[in-house]
Amino acid sequence: MLAKRIIPCLDVRDGKVVKGVNFEGIKEVGDPVECAYEYDQQGADEIVFYDITASHEGRGVILDVVRETAKKVFVPLTVGGGIKNVDDIRNTLRAGADKVSVNSQAVQNPQLIKEGADIFGSQCICVGVDAKMISPNKWTVYINGGRIDMKIDLIDWVKKCEQLGAGEICLNSIDTDGVRGGFDIPMLKAVVDAVQIPVIASGGAGKLGDFADAFLKTDCSAALAASLFHFKELTVGQVKDDCRSKGIIVR
Amino acid sequence: MIAIIDYGAGNIFSVKNALDHLGYESNLTDKKDIIAQADAVILPGVGAFPWAMNMLELSGLVDVIKDAAVTKPFLGICLGMQLLFEKSYEFEERKGLGLIEGYVDRITDPDLIIPHMGWNKLEINHRCKLFDGLGEDEYVYFVHSYKAFCDDKSLYSYCEYGSRVPAVVGDGKYVFGCQFHPEKSGRTGLRILKNFAELKA
Repeated sequence: MLAKRIIPCLDVRDGKVVKGVNFEGIKEVGDPVECAYEYDQQGADEIVFYDITASHEGRGVILDVVRETAKKVFVPLTVGGGIKNVDDIRNTLRAGADKVSVNSQAVQNPQLIKEGADIFGSQCICVGVDAKMISPNKWTVYINGGRIDMKIDLIDWVKKCEQLGAGEICLNSIDTDGVRGGFDIPMLKAVVDAVQIPVIASGGAGKLGDFADAFLKTDCSAALAASLFHFKELTVGQVKDDCRSKGIIVR
Repeated sequence: MIAIIDYGAGNIFSVKNALDHLGYESNLTDKKDIIAQADAVILPGVGAFPWAMNMLELSGLVDVIKDAAVTKPFLGICLGMQLLFEKSYEFEERKGLGLIEGYVDRITDPDLIIPHMGWNKLEINHRCKLFDGLGEDEYVYFVHSYKAFCDDKSLYSYCEYGSRVPAVVGDGKYVFGCQFHPEKSGRTGLRILKNFAELKA
C-alpha cells in the first residue's frame, strides 16, 4: 500500500531558512542543508525548499543549497518560489531537485505547466496553489504569497492544472496558514474530489493530531508543515507514530 | 567503475550522488568505450518511453547497452527499467530494448490517484542479491503512471497499488530493473544500490 507522506517545508531567503506567520514577520532560523539533513534523519518522506528570495541576483543561491543537499539527502527534493520559465525549471532539476513547484507564475501563465510537463514529465511539475474562502465551499486563488486575489475559482483552477499536465497539487489554505488550528479540511476535500492527481495538504498544522486528521477526513496523499518542525515542537517521527497508531500507513 | 548512461534524461546526478556517497566510482557518460569498459552499467531515466528510445538510438548506444546487459551487472531505474522490456504503449506502440520479456502500459484503475507517487512497500516474490540486508518492512519511492507486465519468473518484487505493480524485475542473470528510485529511497534505496554495486560480472 502507498504510504501517506509527511513533508517538512523549509522557507529559504538568500540561502538561509526563515519563518514568518501569514507571510509576514520573517526571521532567520537556520542553515537549509543542515535542516534538510536533520529532517531526513527524522524520516521525512520528501523535503520542500520554498525560495522567497526577492532579488533576481539571489536566485542562484537556492541552486547551491539544492546541490549541496542532494549530496547527502537521499529522498525527493522539491523547489518552489520564483520559478518563471522552462529555463528555471531545467536549472533547478539539474541542480538536483526532483520536482519544482510553480505557483504565481503558473496562474499568470498556465502554459508554463504544460511546457514543463511536456519537456520534463508531469512527475516533476507540482503546482502550488494559495486559496482563500469567499463563501462556504467556494474559494478563490491568490498569488504573490497570498497578497493578490486573482478571482479565479479554486476548483476550476486545479482541474485546469491537471489538464495541463501537473503531476501534483500542493494546496495551501490562506485561511488556516499560520493559525495552527489544523488543515483546511473542507477546502482539501473539495480539491481531492476534483482531481485524480495527488494533493498535498498545506497550511494550518498546529498539533500532533492535525496530520492524521487530514488523512482520515480526506484522501489527500501528503501533508506539509514548516514552523512546527522548524521550532522542534514536533518531529516527523512523532507525527508518523501518531498516524500509525490511528491505522494510517506511513513509511 | 560504474557507467551511468547519460542520454539527456532527467535528474541523473542523484544516481551519481548516491554512488559517491556509498564510495563507488561512477561516470556519467554517453561514450560507447566507457560503457564497454565499465564493471557495471546503470540506465536511469525520467520522461516518456518513445522519446527515450529515440535518444538511445540517435546516440548509437543500443548495441553497446545490449552487449553490456549480457556480460556485466546492468540496472535500469524507473523509465530505464521500462526500457528493458520488449515494448511499451506510452503514447504509441514502441519497441524497447527487449532484455526482459514483457511490455509496459498505463496504470488504468479509475479509482487510483495517478501518478503512483510516493513510498510503497516492497513485497518479495523471488529473492535476489539486490535484497541482501533488507528487512520485512521496506518502503521505496515510486513516481510513475505506466507499469510493467511480465512473467512471474522475471518479477523479483512488487508493491500493491490497486493491483501488483512490478518493483524489481530481472532476467535471472545480469539484468535488473527497479521501477522505484533507489537513489531517492533513503537507507533502503542506498542498500539496494550498494548490493548492485557489489555484484560481479
